[in-house]
Amino acid sequence: MKIQSLKDLKKISQAYEKQIYAPEGIKVNIGMASCGIAAGAQAAMDKALETYRDNKNVEICQTGCIGFCEQEPLVEILAVNKPRVLYQNITEDKIIDAIEGYMAGEFNKNKKSILGQLRDPRSLLDDDIENPLDGVEPIDDIPFMEDIPFYSAQVKVAMRNCGYIDPDCIEEYFAKKGYIAFLEALKKNKPAEVIETVKASGLRGRGGGGFPAGIKWATCAKHHGDRYIICNADEGDPGAYMDRSILEGDPHSVLEGMLIAALGIGSSQGYLYVRNEYPLAVKRLVTAIKQAEAYGLLGKNIAGTDFSFKINISTGAGAFVCGESTALMASLEGKVGRPRAKYVHTVEKGFRESPTNLNNVETYANVPAILLKGADWYTGMGTEHSKGTKVFSLVGKINNTGLVEVPMGISLRDIIYDIGGGIPKKKNFKAVQTGGPSGGCIPEQFLDLSVDFDELAKVGSIMGSGGMIVMDQDTCMVDVARYFVDFLRDESCGQCNPCREGLKQMLDILTDICDGNGKKGDIEFLEEIGAMMQKFSLCGLGTSAPNPVLTSILFFRDEYEAHIRDKKCSAGVCKPLFHYEIDPDACNGCTLCAKKCPQNAVAGKKKEPHVIDQENCIKCGICYEKCKFDAIKIC
Amino acid sequence: MSEAAMMEKVDAVDIDYMELDDIIEKDFGQDKENLIMILQAIQRRYNYLPPPALNYLSTKIGIPMSQIYGVATFYSTFSLEPRGRNIISICLGTACHVRGGARVNDKLEELLNISDGQTTDDKRFTLESVRCIGCCSLGPVVKINEDMHGRIGSDEIEKVLDQYE
Ligand SMILES: Cc1cc2nc3c(=O)[nH]c(=O)nc-3n(C[C@H](O)[C@H](O)[C@H](O)COP(=O)(O)O)c2cc1C
Ligand code: SF4
Ligand code: FES
Repeated sequence: MKIQSLKDLKKISQAYEKQIYAPEGIKVNIGMASCGIAAGAQAAMDKALETYRDNKNVEICQTGCIGFCEQEPLVEILAVNKPRVLYQNITEDKIIDAIEGYMAGEFNKNKKSILGQLRDPRSLLDDDIENPLDGVEPIDDIPFMEDIPFYSAQVKVAMRNCGYIDPDCIEEYFAKKGYIAFLEALKKNKPAEVIETVKASGLRGRGGGGFPAGIKWATCAKHHGDRYIICNADEGDPGAYMDRSILEGDPHSVLEGMLIAALGIGSSQGYLYVRNEYPLAVKRLVTAIKQAEAYGLLGKNIAGTDFSFKINISTGAGAFVCGESTALMASLEGKVGRPRAKYVHTVEKGFRESPTNLNNVETYANVPAILLKGADWYTGMGTEHSKGTKVFSLVGKINNTGLVEVPMGISLRDIIYDIGGGIPKKKNFKAVQTGGPSGGCIPEQFLDLSVDFDELAKVGSIMGSGGMIVMDQDTCMVDVARYFVDFLRDESCGQCNPCREGLKQMLDILTDICDGNGKKGDIEFLEEIGAMMQKFSLCGLGTSAPNPVLTSILFFRDEYEAHIRDKKCSAGVCKPLFHYEIDPDACNGCTLCAKKCPQNAVAGKKKEPHVIDQENCIKCGICYEKCKFDAIKIC
Repeated sequence: MSEAAMMEKVDAVDIDYMELDDIIEKDFGQDKENLIMILQAIQRRYNYLPPPALNYLSTKIGIPMSQIYGVATFYSTFSLEPRGRNIISICLGTACHVRGGARVNDKLEELLNISDGQTTDDKRFTLESVRCIGCCSLGPVVKINEDMHGRIGSDEIEKVLDQYE
């Protein structure tokens, strides 16, 4: 059926509202994004499907990821007039217990597996319907999801549907008010108004640069030619995976965002450039595009109007630099992905030398919500110059790893300690790295910084795509700087000198320092090279590449100096600069380390302090990680 | 390998040119812009990019061999040499790095006696490093073929390898 009007859309969505909120029997939603599958969700799903094959009362469904990746596989179980319960760590051996327990109304037995119950399953877009949990007796002694620290500060706009609907089912997206914003705008047929709303919302690009989306759209619309709409789903920053999660959990939100951009700007062709490492995202997008085409929401004469828009998918081939807009466009043309100087902007001459609007996945996913709820609503969240919410991926040395969407302006401390639950194993916080390989390392003294585009820039870092890698006392900042420089040297396209040679020189110096061959003057030389690269590199990769080095020198200079002068790596990372010793007072002779040491380098009798044979020790760190009594010391 | 050496290398693999035609024409409309995706399709089919197939592609879509070679070497997913039966992708992304990914990598290199991008002599494994597979919450992560192994320690990796023939 081709959708011709809002009425058509509403008819379908009402039927599916029932499916997502008031199923016939028991509905089991299994979080099946890549992260969930990797944690064992597929096996759990297979097990459930097998067990309830002949039971019509139990419906096993897939959803995307609701963000709490630490506790995956996550499974939500619901039934009409019953509480909705979210279970955690539900691997194949636990899923039947969870389902049976739910059916029997027995929650005490597997309380450990329960993350919480929902107070309200509606998204911020479909809160005009009645809360399906109104009047439902909650379960005693089980916290509400909305109250647990990981979720309580979150506001889901871009990720509004992730984990709540089946990404392979466009009708469920309809039921969550999907495509209404687009259809309304289409029927109104006032493209300029669309752009005005996006402008007024203050939405800034979520891919890294933070350029105001509305201004980009307006400039692109002014230039003549076959305009193109591109979605940047190259997500190259290691440690950031919100775009993957949105594409896998709610692909239609991105397609709808692109449709709205196309309508506003006046374009009939779009491209999604997806990273090669994300096969599941591609699969879900292909399905989503086909479904949208079948309903006549993509393709020729959409909803009976003369507006036509087609979206093609192109996959990257493993080049970080192709996330840069001009390199991405070259790659889309089948060429080597080298950036070009932007004397002429891509909104004027981009893909195929035509006016091109390129935005990030998360940017597009925000757009339908902004159109439906209005620019004023959006500007009500965030800070003066950074409006709305931002998704961060909280990873590294943190208790609650996952994706969190919070209003801009929240402090780093709130994100790391309240939402993230702090650092595991009672270790000390050392730094948080934001903004990907070209971001900066922010130390403890700035933890109260409120997170937005401008504040992060003030301490030498960037928002980037929203990766937040938390580092503890076991992270060596010189090693981290070396790591990023190594990454970027690998990924530099090599066409301009400052970046190609600068990175190589920096890497040589940093490697020397980590190997114990650092010399006086190295730090100053690194600063000099960094400043030169920032000034003279051709593209954003080169100009921002020195950031991790410069910020780590700025905030952790003593660590650099200890490496160079004292030949010491106190974090125990740079192998030539430390050794392990066993503290005889702390060691109680449990023998665990001796058993685990691959070199048999630990000797000692049971219940007596052990000793490490330094000759044989390869500093693999296994004893350090395994010791339960903190007896292994870094010296 | 230099371009000339690459061309000269006699290749063991049989190329099915009819099938190649199908890939180039039917799937990708013989369009120059689709070069990267055509190369991906060829690599999916042969597990690497066999030079004779690239030669054929070059004449077929009218892109000089030098340019195809440029693209094939610029993008890290392409391999101009046959790869192993099992592809190990070890994540060296930041989140995995701070959680000890490098140690797992060291152990893999030691066990297999190969380094990044290389294939074991028995063609059982190819080791490839990647920077983030988007499963950072499970770091350190190793992907073998399509299977993801998360929260893996350097002392556990050997057992995992045993599962692959
Ligand atoms: C080296 C480099 C890599 C980049 N990688 C990405 C990326 O993976 N994803 C992304 O959305 N933007 C990336 N960007 C930013 C893009 O160039 C561009 O600014 C952005 O996609 C525009 O969309 P937005 O305004 O919606 O953020 C990268 C930039 C540079 C310089
Ligand atoms: S700055 Fe680096 S990545 Fe950018 S164009 Fe120059 S060499 Fe290429
Ligand atoms: S850094 Fe390894 S999966 Fe993201």
